[in-house]
Amino acid sequence: MSQSYGISVRGVVKAFGQGPSAVRALDDVSVEIGGGEFFTLLGPSGCGKTTLLRLIAGFEMPTMGEIFLDGADISALPPSKRPVNTVFQSYALFPHLTVAENIGFGLKMQGKPRAEVAETVARMLALIQLEPMAARRVNQLSGGQQQRVALARALAPQPKVLLLDEPLSALDAKLRKEMQSELKRLQQETGITFVFVTHDQEEALTMSDRIAVMSAGHIEQIGTPREVYTKPVNRFVASFIGETNFLGGEWGTGGVKLSNGAMIAVDGKGSGAVTLAIRPEQVRLCASADAGAMPATVTELVYFGTDTHCHLALAGGARVTARLQSQASGDVAIGVGDHVHIRASAAQVLAD
Amino acid sequence: MGMAARTSEQTLARKNTRRAWALVSPALALLAVAAIGPLAVVIVYSFLTAGEYGGVVWQFSTDAWVKVLLERDIFDDSLSFADAHLTIFWRSISLSLVTTVLTFLAGFPTAWFIATRPAAQRAFWLFLITIPFWTNLLVRTFAINQVIRNEGVMNTVLLWAGVIETPLQMTYTQGALLVGMVYVYLPLMVLPLFAALERFDLRLLEAGYDLYASRWQVLTRIILPISRPGIIAGSILVFVPCLGAYVTPRILGGGKLMMLGNFIELQFGQGRNWPLGAALSIVLLVIVTIALLVYVRTISGGDKARE
Ligand SMILES: Nc1ncnc2c1ncn2[C@@H]1O[C@H](COP(=O)(O)OP(=O)(O)OP(=O)(O)O)[C@@H](O)[C@H]1O
Ligand SMILES: [Mg+2]
Repeated sequence: MSQSYGISVRGVVKAFGQGPSAVRALDDVSVEIGGGEFFTLLGPSGCGKTTLLRLIAGFEMPTMGEIFLDGADISALPPSKRPVNTVFQSYALFPHLTVAENIGFGLKMQGKPRAEVAETVARMLALIQLEPMAARRVNQLSGGQQQRVALARALAPQPKVLLLDEPLSALDAKLRKEMQSELKRLQQETGITFVFVTHDQEEALTMSDRIAVMSAGHIEQIGTPREVYTKPVNRFVASFIGETNFLGGEWGTGGVKLSNGAMIAVDGKGSGAVTLAIRPEQVRLCASADAGAMPATVTELVYFGTDTHCHLALAGGARVTARLQSQASGDVAIGVGDHVHIRASAAQVLAD
Repeated sequence: MGMAARTSEQTLARKNTRRAWALVSPALALLAVAAIGPLAVVIVYSFLTAGEYGGVVWQFSTDAWVKVLLERDIFDDSLSFADAHLTIFWRSISLSLVTTVLTFLAGFPTAWFIATRPAAQRAFWLFLITIPFWTNLLVRTFAINQVIRNEGVMNTVLLWAGVIETPLQMTYTQGALLVGMVYVYLPLMVLPLFAALERFDLRLLEAGYDLYASRWQVLTRIILPISRPGIIAGSILVFVPCLGAYVTPRILGGGKLMMLGNFIELQFGQGRNWPLGAALSIVLLVIVTIALLVYVRTISGGDKARE
């Protein structure tokens, strides 16, 4: 369908206010987003996700740096001149217009002929499955329906880039799941570049081609969901995405030596103190004779249905959580107070 | 059981309706006594004969109604249109319309400005808007007169600065009347507009710009339609009292630029023609009613077509 544009954000700084009270919402952010990519900005509240989106949309001007769209500098263009549309967090639907008029608004402002507007609106209504609601006012719709109208309104003018600011955050869990797969399908069908903002890590992992993990105005890591999950570069990324055990140790030959004496095999080499990140599902129960086996005591068992979280105390006092798949019988064959042996099937060395 | 529940539900509904009527009855009674009663008197008076020294003679006559638009030639008794009356009607309607438009043009940016201030500052700006209400209308209008009359502040300054050589005649002109009316009625436009704009979601502006609307389109396609209730309320609040304005045209228009209000007063005073005054009052009421109906119809036309 429509040919999609890549976005290039280069050395962007955005400061609000002046002097000592100035807030640096974005501090030297650079990112390359490919055409047709489903790119997610993930980070805690206040880290600058919305600010970056607003800079791409043109609602804010960068204090420093440039933004390119398909190779052209758009830093000076107003929002109405950018082939970029936004699905707002609050939806921002026009309350005085019907569903159909909301969807057709962008095309009408572009001066498209009436017939073309009507035709596109009909197609969009079919896409979001709200044909029977075409003549309704938007305030007569449920939250999920409003969200779909906001999506259709942003898609109707066939933008090269679609910006989505936590579009699913107002929906209940079930509807949210449905909309996630619908969004993903839409993105694949239209081939439009999606820049998607969320602070829900699971949403980011399941939907994105690539994720940028942000914190306090910086981008901490950019990578595929698999990369940021299995190879987090620092403590922030490792703890923000999924649960992680952090263990202190020192570089030894062939791996990292923990304070309790156990040796954990990792790629690479180095010297001095390091922190290891080990995902709970990478912690396995094992026999005492296995390589890298560490004695541990079970302190607590929490049943989660599909698996059981097993809290363990290591010999040196360090605490580790293991996620054990529930057995066919529905039970893990250990109890609180048991002495067991564990090993890490994979571990990641963190930069800090 | 279902039957019982149903009947009790109905009794409850009936009880609520009765209570609602009981609650509005004082207001209805007041309306009946204060509005409908006098109106009936006015209608009856308009069909009576004028008394020699004011008042009415209890004798049926349609003279007053004929005189509203026509005048009888004193020599040959033929009827012709009363140009003077038509002029007054036309002046009242046109001045009121222009005043409404001008107060809107001045009031909308003002209301927008106040509505977009931080919440803590709004009260202050609104307070400034209401300051003119503190002084009597008469005093304020005389003050305008002082500024614009031939020996007034404006002319003195202009003469002194050498911009003009003879004083500009500003009093007793339509311009002076307009200035006075816009000044007097501006707050009545600003307040309802502010009430509408205060609730306006500013994020809709960004949505508009995002969807390729120009500034003008954002104003005409988003801001104005959404603040329509405020525009309707403000226009009515300005237009209706303008039509019947009395003090402002009396002082700023002198005796020369009469509006309907002054003309009606004249009939009850020097004119000594109460039936004509009564008939003119009814004409004013009819003009207001028709104007409001047409206005509200037109401005909410888009809605009707959609539903
Ligand atoms: N207009 C503004 N004026 C001053 N500071 C602002 C403004 N907009 C954002 N900020 C600040 O910039 C920082 C980043 O804000 P931003 O809205 O981008 O966060 P976010 O990542 O979208 O958070 P959330 O997940 O809560 O939406 C915050 O500290 C915020 O207070
Ligand atoms: Mg945000």
